[in-house]
Amino acid sequence: MAKCATREAYGKALAELVREHENILVLDADLTKSTKTSMAQEVAPERHFNMGIAEGNMMSVAAGMAAQGDVVYASSFAMFATGRAFEQIRNSIAYPNLNVKICGTHSGITVGEDGASHQAIEDIAIMRAIPNMRVFQPCDERETKAVIKAVYESKGPCYVRLGRLAVEDVYTDETFKFELGKGNVIREGKDVVILASGYMVQQTVGALEGLAAKGITPTVIDIHSIKPLDEELILEKCKDAKLVVTCEEHTVIGGLGSAVSELLSTKMPRKMLMIGLNDTFGESGTPVALMDAYGLDSKAIVEKVSKALGE
Amino acid sequence: MTNEQLALKAVNVRRNILKMTHAAKCGHPGGSMSAVEILLTIYGHEMNITKENVTSNNRDKFVLSKGHAAPVVYGTLAEFGFIPEEELLTLRKLGSRLQGHPNMNTVEAVDMCTGSLGQGISTAVGMALSNKCHKNENRVYTVLGDGECEEGQVWEAAMAAAHYQLDNLVVVVDFNGLQIDGDITKVMNPTPIDKKFEAFGWNVIDVKDGHDLDELQKAFEAARSCKGKPTMILAHTIKGKGVSFMENNAGWHGVAPNDDELARALEELGGNN
Repeated sequence: MAKCATREAYGKALAELVREHENILVLDADLTKSTKTSMAQEVAPERHFNMGIAEGNMMSVAAGMAAQGDVVYASSFAMFATGRAFEQIRNSIAYPNLNVKICGTHSGITVGEDGASHQAIEDIAIMRAIPNMRVFQPCDERETKAVIKAVYESKGPCYVRLGRLAVEDVYTDETFKFELGKGNVIREGKDVVILASGYMVQQTVGALEGLAAKGITPTVIDIHSIKPLDEELILEKCKDAKLVVTCEEHTVIGGLGSAVSELLSTKMPRKMLMIGLNDTFGESGTPVALMDAYGLDSKAIVEKVSKALGE
Repeated sequence: MTNEQLALKAVNVRRNILKMTHAAKCGHPGGSMSAVEILLTIYGHEMNITKENVTSNNRDKFVLSKGHAAPVVYGTLAEFGFIPEEELLTLRKLGSRLQGHPNMNTVEAVDMCTGSLGQGISTAVGMALSNKCHKNENRVYTVLGDGECEEGQVWEAAMAAAHYQLDNLVVVVDFNGLQIDGDITKVMNPTPIDKKFEAFGWNVIDVKDGHDLDELQKAFEAARSCKGKPTMILAHTIKGKGVSFMENNAGWHGVAPNDDELARALEELGGNN
């Protein structure tokens, strides 16, 4: 099966976009080859600006460009884009509601060997809390390209969370359907609904066989849009659920699990299981070893879901 | 417009700064009054903004990086007809377009949301870089506080502006020497500000009296003729300028005048708006 990192898919999609649209400007903070904005740079070098290792300035510069009518894609590692530059994003971009697409790569623990300093695990929480900001996390190449192109058409600021690791396709051309902000039901099941985002979609799909062996056949929904959340779909699919599971490569504080919990606890309370990082930093290791060690891989999903159902 | 006419407007703007902060019972009169002539020179001589093109991006832009001095912007915009003068008294009140710090989405002639120090200059760099990229001849102006130069982001922006040779960008530092906690050299010394900008690759122009409209006008003209570098104008100013009991007093950074103080200040300023 084909493998492609979502950052790679971002690079490809952005390169196509800058070829088509003169009003796109691309900013990077000395990580063009890692974030893959280098691909757009090759196509339109005069509209790609390296802002150096100064993420705060980069975000405010992006705001100024957007105020002139440009659509700006600003990239760095998710950690520095959203962490270092949080307040610039909040005050220079989100408060004026400017058309800046913040694309953070190397999110989550699958950054791997670089360790905790480079593993953004709070980025969804902090971006989601900002008014006007929307938060998207695609899971595979097709979905990433679709998100990157859709946010060009959709005015206003957003954060797109991308990964370093090459990941399997979730969709084929036949199975792929996309509407920005809408969840994708990957599989219909019963009793259990699993809402997964990003690389956790692949982990969830990988857990289905193990779950089936225990007699568990969940509905699985890919949530590429954490904000706005597809409330209608989630409420409908969770109506008959005995257990709602959220899966994210992010701290369970403030991320997808929190977003779903905010919805369900106020409109339709359901028993929930939140799979994610439990208030802990990551560490160095291979992505596979880390996903295992922090209980985020398919095996862990099987164990945690069956245990929660037994309780 | 002549500088004699602008000098009359300067009295009006100072009176309005005091009246609107008095009505709001809060705000930042001191650092607003130090920048009056700077703003009037920018809007009176430099910018190509008109009532017809105000909503267009195809014009010069202004960013108040020291966003707390919003009253001087509102007062200036009122002088040039972009805001009705009577609206000034709504400053900082619920529902007002005149937010405590400038909001580009409520006032057409305001070009950026500012208030968090250090960010405005970077947004101005973004505007100037966009103009360069699209071969747009319009210019970008920003006013920076001297205390604001303690923010690291100012120097990130300074580095970027020089790197991209933004000769369409003019930054004025309102060098009044005071910040909330006191003398800038005692709180956290950002001086020498001129030498720092020079070292970052900027064209630096010293304006010895930042309240002298002729001197300011010449500085902006000199900035226009400098190619390949951004320009920083270091304008030596007086915080609270124009009212004896407010001048050079850090206590007037973020405090509004009471009824008695307003009456005394308006009498001292003269004028009749």
